[in-house]
Amino acid sequence: MINLTHIFDPMFRWPLLTGIVFAALLPLLGMYLRLREEWLAALAFAQVAAAGSLAGAILGLPPQAGALACTCTAAAFKGWIAKTGNNGYALLMITGWAAAILMLANVPIAEHLGHALFDGQLYFTGVSHLVFGGIFALLVAVLLPWLSRKLLLERMFPDFFRASGLSAAKFHLLFDLLVAAGLALATASIGVMGAFGLVFVPSMIAYQVGPSWRGALWIATVTSLLAYAAAFVLAFSTDQPFGPVLVFVLAALAIAAYLLKLRSRTAVATLGAPAPIN
Amino acid sequence: MRPIEVGLQPYHSRAEKVPGVGSSFGGTSAHISDKPLLSVENLSAGYAKPVLGPLSFEVHRGDIISVRGPNGSGKSTLLNALVGGARIFSGAVRRGEGVRIAHQQQAALPLDNVPLSGKELLALTGAEVAGLPEWIARLIKRRLDRLSGGQRQFLQVWASLKAPVDVVLLDEPTNNVDPQGVQHLEGALRTMQPNRAVLLVSHDQNFLDRISTRTIRLG
Repeated sequence: MINLTHIFDPMFRWPLLTGIVFAALLPLLGMYLRLREEWLAALAFAQVAAAGSLAGAILGLPPQAGALACTCTAAAFKGWIAKTGNNGYALLMITGWAAAILMLANVPIAEHLGHALFDGQLYFTGVSHLVFGGIFALLVAVLLPWLSRKLLLERMFPDFFRASGLSAAKFHLLFDLLVAAGLALATASIGVMGAFGLVFVPSMIAYQVGPSWRGALWIATVTSLLAYAAAFVLAFSTDQPFGPVLVFVLAALAIAAYLLKLRSRTAVATLGAPAPIN
Repeated sequence: MRPIEVGLQPYHSRAEKVPGVGSSFGGTSAHISDKPLLSVENLSAGYAKPVLGPLSFEVHRGDIISVRGPNGSGKSTLLNALVGGARIFSGAVRRGEGVRIAHQQQAALPLDNVPLSGKELLALTGAEVAGLPEWIARLIKRRLDRLSGGQRQFLQVWASLKAPVDVVLLDEPTNNVDPQGVQHLEGALRTMQPNRAVLLVSHDQNFLDRISTRTIRLG
């Protein structure tokens, strides 16, 4: 066991803060991705981001730049990809994975970064990751409140914009680019499955138990931050790679939320059942 | 009640014609009362092939127009055509400058476990919460997927009916709604601001008879 006071050493401070930024933001994106039934797109973007990071590193660019370039290109073509439904996303996902693995196998310089991306070694992140995370947080703070109503309207009243003579294409593209940027930066910091897990699981729990949309946004964020904090301490104290530990913590939370829901349903059913006849 | 309107009526406003469905949304609400909000000219619309038409009519402020006809006569298709959701084979739909439309579709809200409350649904369209009947007002903070089908339908209709728009298209608004709810919808329609118009499709003939000021018959 490692002394937990080392968590606050300068070496681990940047990774800790970077992770907090993405743990707070990714579930929010997950809420809207789930609203659009596009959670698979998140995994596809995360895989493309990994391939982009490696390609960037091979070309001598910052990994974040490579990841951003590749995922934003994928997002720009997402309208076309989406027409094929989940098939397009699945294809993007396996292609991204294959490209990343081939780079890992053939280019020695990619190996170190590859481990960080696929093992989710958060501890390799530095100040640049936090700076990119901060810029992304600002973008989310400005754009998401504006996009939120539009995305919800489009979902609940599918022809609202058409009926008003407006086009929904612009804000769809803006949201897609926001998601692509978020997943590119998060993947470069906390790895493929860690980033996808933070998009997928907290929003899944929030959809189950959230009392309202606003309440669900809070639940997703708090769940994500708690899972992140627990995983960070657990991975640090047991000297394990961060990504898999985070995924296990998230999976445990998802199962706990499901059991809690099942229990409350059973309780309601029992209370609602007619009294036995003696 | 005004007579049934069939045939093209002159339309000399500045309404802009756009191929398919005219739309000239300019961000300001239409304000000249004698000009029609919508003008439908020799419209033939459908999906793979024409379902209705040719049909001509105008929608003016204060109109509550019932669209009647047997199943398959194109009632819902007409509403869809007015908002660009159906293919226009010939003719045109012209919209007055700045005229905004809300369309309550017959399909149920696509909830799929989305944790949206009734209050949040109304806020999306900018619908007024004031005036909501007490029986539904007390449920407004609940998630929509925790409400009954009739309660959800009432809120879905209310979200369109009370949205800040000029024309409201309602497709089977009374589906699943109990008599008390139907009564409240009637009340909301009767007290609607006179500068707005409603097009109604419903199989509830009594409801249409009680509320509509004009009728379009299809089929």
